[in-house]
Amino acid sequence: MSAETHVVGTSIRRVDGVEKVTGAARFVGDLVVPEMLYGRVLRSPVPHARIARIDVTAAERMPGVVAVLVGRDLEGTDPFYGHAIKDRPIVALDRVRFAGEPVAAVAATDEAAAAEAVWAITVDYEELPAVPTLETALADGAVRLHEGPLRPGLFHGLGELRREEGNICYHYRSSRGEVERAIAGADLVVEGEYTFPAVYQYAMEPHTVIAAWGVDGLTVWASCQHPYLVRAELAELFGLPQVSVRVIVPYLGGGFGSKSYTKMEPLTAALSRKAGRPVRIANRVDEAMVTTRRHNMRCWMRTAATSDGAVVARQCKIWLDTGAYADNGPRVAATAGDAAPGPYRWQAAEVDAWAVYTNTPPAGSYRAFGATHLIWIGEAQIDALARRAGLDPVEFRHRNLLRPGEEVRPGGKPLDADLVGDVTKVAAAVGWGKPKPPLVGRGVSVGLLAAGANPVSTAAIRLQADGTAVLLVSTTEMGQGARTVFTQIAAEELALRPERIRVMGADTQFTPYDRSTGASRSTTLAGKAVLRAAADVRGQLLDIAAGVWGLPRSALAIRDGAVWHETESLSFPTLIARHFGMPGGEMIGRGEVRPERGTGSYAEGPVFWEVCVGGAEVALDPETGRIHLRRLASVADVGKAINPQLVEAQDEGACLQGVGNALFEEMLFEDGVLVNGSLLEYRVPTTADMPDEYRSIIVENADGPGPYGAKGVGEGALAGVVGAIVTALADLGVEMYDLPLSPERVWRRLRELEAQGTVLLRD
Amino acid sequence: MDERSEAPARRRIALVVNGNPVEAEIEPRELLLDFLRHRLGLMGAKRSCDVQVCGSCTVLLDGEPVSACCTLAYEARDRQVLTIEGLADAGRLHVLQEAFIEHAAVQCGFCTSGMILTSLELLREVPAPVPEQVRSHLKGNLCRCTGYRRIIDAVVDAGRRLAAEGASS
Repeated sequence: MSAETHVVGTSIRRVDGVEKVTGAARFVGDLVVPEMLYGRVLRSPVPHARIARIDVTAAERMPGVVAVLVGRDLEGTDPFYGHAIKDRPIVALDRVRFAGEPVAAVAATDEAAAAEAVWAITVDYEELPAVPTLETALADGAVRLHEGPLRPGLFHGLGELRREEGNICYHYRSSRGEVERAIAGADLVVEGEYTFPAVYQYAMEPHTVIAAWGVDGLTVWASCQHPYLVRAELAELFGLPQVSVRVIVPYLGGGFGSKSYTKMEPLTAALSRKAGRPVRIANRVDEAMVTTRRHNMRCWMRTAATSDGAVVARQCKIWLDTGAYADNGPRVAATAGDAAPGPYRWQAAEVDAWAVYTNTPPAGSYRAFGATHLIWIGEAQIDALARRAGLDPVEFRHRNLLRPGEEVRPGGKPLDADLVGDVTKVAAAVGWGKPKPPLVGRGVSVGLLAAGANPVSTAAIRLQADGTAVLLVSTTEMGQGARTVFTQIAAEELALRPERIRVMGADTQFTPYDRSTGASRSTTLAGKAVLRAAADVRGQLLDIAAGVWGLPRSALAIRDGAVWHETESLSFPTLIARHFGMPGGEMIGRGEVRPERGTGSYAEGPVFWEVCVGGAEVALDPETGRIHLRRLASVADVGKAINPQLVEAQDEGACLQGVGNALFEEMLFEDGVLVNGSLLEYRVPTTADMPDEYRSIIVENADGPGPYGAKGVGEGALAGVVGAIVTALADLGVEMYDLPLSPERVWRRLRELEAQGTVLLRD
Repeated sequence: MDERSEAPARRRIALVVNGNPVEAEIEPRELLLDFLRHRLGLMGAKRSCDVQVCGSCTVLLDGEPVSACCTLAYEARDRQVLTIEGLADAGRLHVLQEAFIEHAAVQCGFCTSGMILTSLELLREVPAPVPEQVRSHLKGNLCRCTGYRRIIDAVVDAGRRLAAEGASS
């Protein structure tokens, strides 16, 4: 790899741009498969019940209805799935555990007929005592949602599962030093209890799946982020060899974690199997909201420092509400546990994180999971300590932040980012140190997110006879720009113009294995596999040219779609034709990434530490409690920006999602039943909620393990700005313990502080 | 139940979609979005919120943006419908489409057709809008990927270019 790059590092246009601005881009819901039926799902109206009786006879007789699927259709199989814990039935068997759980599904010749048939199914529920909150689920003698030992899923990957304790499905613990002793010896201690609400990812395209059974097995078109993990689970559920399950993923209308792991695919496949025809199920928003969500959380945290401004210790207990089924809850708990200490030099730190079953819709992945839950809390306490030590919050962080190469957690990858530089930059971007108008506060927030998931990716390149190339990789394009970035990497390595390269969607029958699309891993890991596949093809071309000229490879160079020796060149088509002895043929290159020992290794977790650095300047209206965002800033510490424009775009999107998480997004449950299940009642940020000014600052220190020193981006900004908005409000003397910072909640807090006689609203 | 399943009377409508005359027999309850997607195979308008909040199903009805998820196909009778598929002229992208690509205002693409069509109407009313006007005009179109800034930049830029073209022609 030469130090100078030509395509990498430039903001080439998105390779999917034209398709997307003309309406030509196809999402799963745009596909029509011959003989396809439309599926609709009957969902439980109650959070916890035994199903006494289901009568589908009326529904089955309705015009257009081809099949109705209920739990008894799954008899004789093991119908439970779940990548972390195998606890979720394809469709409710004898019991429902959350309001919204699929109880039956109808396949009909059109959507309206299916919807009407769903209304004709009658179900008798015998309601059971429910545990719809963390408090009720953790109470002594609470009813248990899952009996017996928990079974690990295919991708559990988090050590041994213990036998179930009450409704706890996973416990993560990390400990170093003697926390109690360290805290006892400290001068300043802050302590508090905090909550984070359930949040809906709202990918604009709700989950959509088409399943079709044929003589050669099951084909599924799915809006899924992790096609290979879905394939493995489907194969296991239906007792098929993996080669007989084909998962095809076209474009995704956003994901943000809501489409990671298996969601609607098993239900759609089971319904299609019963109907004997292809079936499409497209969730509506209210259904998507009860399919997956972000964990709500309760947390207790204590942080200690010396009076001269050195942090000493932190202790933290975290309870994450994972809903009725574990989904990705165990991994969210682990990531929350990793984020909780924050990137500081502790003498001692102790974290416990529990994922807890409740009678609510399952909670799984959502952008910057764990980190978003925890960083604002840790940073609020850092700010409180800085104030009590009489130090500027940025200065306090400078003194205590880890430096590159220092240990983040025992046994893990040391810090691979310049946090001091990053926080200095965001502080400057929000006007740190400059005079503030009245009722304006500024805050910064610094944290780390364990990114990259598992370092396993493969890729292939097929260089065609005319010197154009097809890139095969199973990363899902859901808006992040993966196809564009991979094109750039392959173009760079093969000295081809980007227009001569095509990247298609994932298709498990053709595109090679990739662990997943999420955790900011695609550019870093799949990108590295692409780079290696391209290098493999390049090596083959050089070998052919070396043979033709009788020269060593070292005397040759590649540029402009040809191999060169001084002023002589052989184009790729010429070389391929020479190799095969005729026009036609292709060179195939392969690349892989797996845990490796040595420099730039992926062996020690995480793959990299993604920074979550944000800055905010807010104005508070004390009469209404409304927070106005004057300035926001975030840092994309990417090592190397393969496409700077796409890096900023990712960060800007994450930032605005952070605004929603910080200020108003919240799923509301009453006794376990979602009561704001539409976008009229669940609000996400609109253009009206944009900050007056926003800056995404790209930092390139080539310190990542990915291609050209790159590392991932796109999640940290969310967690960073949430923390910064919280600390900016605290700068005005308003310390908050619960999100979102809705006007009502802030207003109530202001009245509370007033009643306490606390001096308010420092200018 | 009986009332629901009784087959309603079908009606015949004629309309113009992307410049092409279309005649069809529809059910009275048929939504414009389903009509466009299922009958005509025009998949550019997307279904998301179903409650006229997100804008992803926006099409222009006689030049006015409407949410096709909450508009009956019957309401479009004898009128002109423009979908994203009808915007490029003989394969040549519209200035707005170009600007959306150039400014990276497109990410997952699910909101894009609605964003572009809603912006098109703005540019017809306000030839060269300032960012604040675009921001206000796009309040009814959600995007979860971009953070909106690039979309606003793209529309402002397209407006500027169109205004310059208009001035020079």
